[in-house]
Amino acid sequence: MKILVAVKQVPARDLPVEPAPSGLWIAEAGLSYEMNEPDAYALEAALRLKESGGGEVVAVSAGPERVQSVLREALAKGADRAIHVAAEGEAALGLDPVAAAALLEAAVREEQPDLVLTGLQSDDTGTGQTGVVLAARLGWPHATLVVAIEPGQGAVRARRELEGGWFQHVTLPLPAVLTVQSGIARLRYATLMGIKRAKTKEIRRLEVELEGSRGGLRLAGLAQPRRVRQTQFLEGSAAEQASKLVEKLRFEARVL
Amino acid sequence: MSGILAILERGPGGWHRMSFEALAGALELGRATGEPVTACVPGFGVEAAAAEAAAFGPAAALALEHEALSAYAADAWIEALGALIGAMAPSWVVLPHTYQTRDFAPALAARFGRALMADCTGFVVEGGRPVFERQLFQGKLTGRFLFETPKPNFVSFQAGAFRAPQAAGQRAPVAVQRADVDPARVRQKPEAPFREAAQAVDLSSAERIVAVGRGIGDEGNLELARELAAALGAELAASRPICDNGWLPMDRQVGSSGQTVAPKLYVALGISGAIQHVVGMKGSGCIVAVNRDPQAPIFEIADYGIVGDLFEVAPALIEELKKSAG
Ligand SMILES: Cc1cc2nc3c(=O)[nH]c(=O)nc-3n(C[C@H](O)[C@H](O)[C@H](O)COP(=O)(O)OP(=O)(O)OC[C@H]3O[C@@H](n4cnc5c(N)ncnc54)[C@H](O)[C@@H]3O)c2cc1C
Ligand SMILES: Nc1ncnc2c1ncn2[C@@H]1O[C@H](COP(=O)(O)O)[C@@H](O)[C@H]1O
Repeated sequence: MKILVAVKQVPARDLPVEPAPSGLWIAEAGLSYEMNEPDAYALEAALRLKESGGGEVVAVSAGPERVQSVLREALAKGADRAIHVAAEGEAALGLDPVAAAALLEAAVREEQPDLVLTGLQSDDTGTGQTGVVLAARLGWPHATLVVAIEPGQGAVRARRELEGGWFQHVTLPLPAVLTVQSGIARLRYATLMGIKRAKTKEIRRLEVELEGSRGGLRLAGLAQPRRVRQTQFLEGSAAEQASKLVEKLRFEARVL
Repeated sequence: MSGILAILERGPGGWHRMSFEALAGALELGRATGEPVTACVPGFGVEAAAAEAAAFGPAAALALEHEALSAYAADAWIEALGALIGAMAPSWVVLPHTYQTRDFAPALAARFGRALMADCTGFVVEGGRPVFERQLFQGKLTGRFLFETPKPNFVSFQAGAFRAPQAAGQRAPVAVQRADVDPARVRQKPEAPFREAAQAVDLSSAERIVAVGRGIGDEGNLELARELAAALGAELAASRPICDNGWLPMDRQVGSSGQTVAPKLYVALGISGAIQHVVGMKGSGCIVAVNRDPQAPIFEIADYGIVGDLFEVAPALIEELKKSAG
């Protein structure tokens, strides 16, 4: 099976982010980037499907030059090839899922895979829609929140996560798009050998004309969240904080 | 184009709780824009449900009926609602941001060349236009968004964004309409929903819970959380990444896709407080958060907060508890 995996590069989750002076994006100086977490799971699922059933895994990422680093990471983990869909400016930010889907669509149309895997949601803009919109644009069936994939004859049976600990299986004809939820399988690390090999693998660049592909969402401003705090903060050294807390839990909240 | 179409969700067990919160959001948008709200219930045999929704303040309620809507499948919802929206031409389509909405609404909006304004926490009206707010960067920032497309526009609201309305006493007229959907074109073949075999731990009856998040850093450090749990007489639970990594089994996960808990005491160690976690524990009696980031959203719902390194705070707590027990 030929599988295309969409991997997005996002700002590292542990770093603070600040609005840029324009208020229309974050200040990028000093940011470091990583692979969007659910996409790492989508890649893992693709690699396992290939290992058990054969085929090819192609990683695709849309954005500026820097996104090539997540493609290298995917190649080091075992993807066969990669496609960098070049995008700059607003279209590259992922604020509008129709634009993001249109960028990925170009790669899908060229590659004609049997299966496209995306992450469920991106950690930065978090619209959680790109895979579903991509399927709609391609006219392919889709399923979301996928936590297991069983390939079949011309079809795929996916296990979907529902709310509150429920699951459901759904079978779809191929080609199809699945959006993968985190936790689908334990993630592998890139080996030294893999990292070495990745240097020789191809990253093809694709230029896309985005004319008219916008879903109509416009960011009008970024702000620090309004925090409605009801928290009593306990100050002091760790030992002082601990003794204050135990006292509060015992005599104020009466839960000990 | 006129009117607001609020799409309510039912599951096998009845209403999805968030349906009425979304209806409240639609009613508020209605007050802001002067447009009437129709509450729409897609399904099969949902007339009584639509009649129930009619009592919660909409101008009209609609049961959108078809056998193909008796169990959820994305294509069926997209076709049925696509045809309805095409015919009704509403200005706004409002949905609860449930897993089901995540599954079909982006493709529904795409049919109309639109993106869904997903997972909004609310809106404000500026210059006569609603400006929608949604979390970005895992809740670290808030984005304020406008639609720059003509109507219809599609919005979904996050859990807790609005408080479900009270029944109004007055009941709006209820219509039943047969959905326009061709079952042969529904490509997803769903099977019955199921749960994993009996869960080994039932966190819902625990009196005290110590929950660990990614801040614990490493599997080996879980021992510290176990010790704290033992000192408090608490069960151990976790946020999703801990279970994704296989450090703790899935049945210890708290949140929208795990268990919902309401202990007397919930201690969150190194948990940021993402909405999907918070919906599973915000009903706890007393919430304690230990986090080194003073901006972490968990502090919006915590009763007691300790800003600090859990590797210093947890051992100090264990010692304090032992001291006072002895
Ligand atoms: C559809 C969907 C369903 C989901 N379902 C669930 C669910 O059921 N349950 C769930 O939990 N999540 C769920 N998630 C994931 C959720 O969005 C968050 O990603 C997750 O809850 C984050 O877990 P965390 O707080 O442990 O990690 P992070 O968000 O990475 O937070 C770690 C925190 O630890 C703090 N920290 C780090 N080091 C230290 C230290 N030494 N001392 C003190 N503090 C420290 C950091 O400041 C940070 O706040 C779901 C997501 C989606 C999209
Ligand atoms: N610029 C991009 N490059 C590659 N994949 C992307 C991009 N934007 C979104 N995706 C994919 O779509 C998923 C959902 O993203 P989003 O709709 O932004 O939440 C991500 O997990 C990725 O798999």
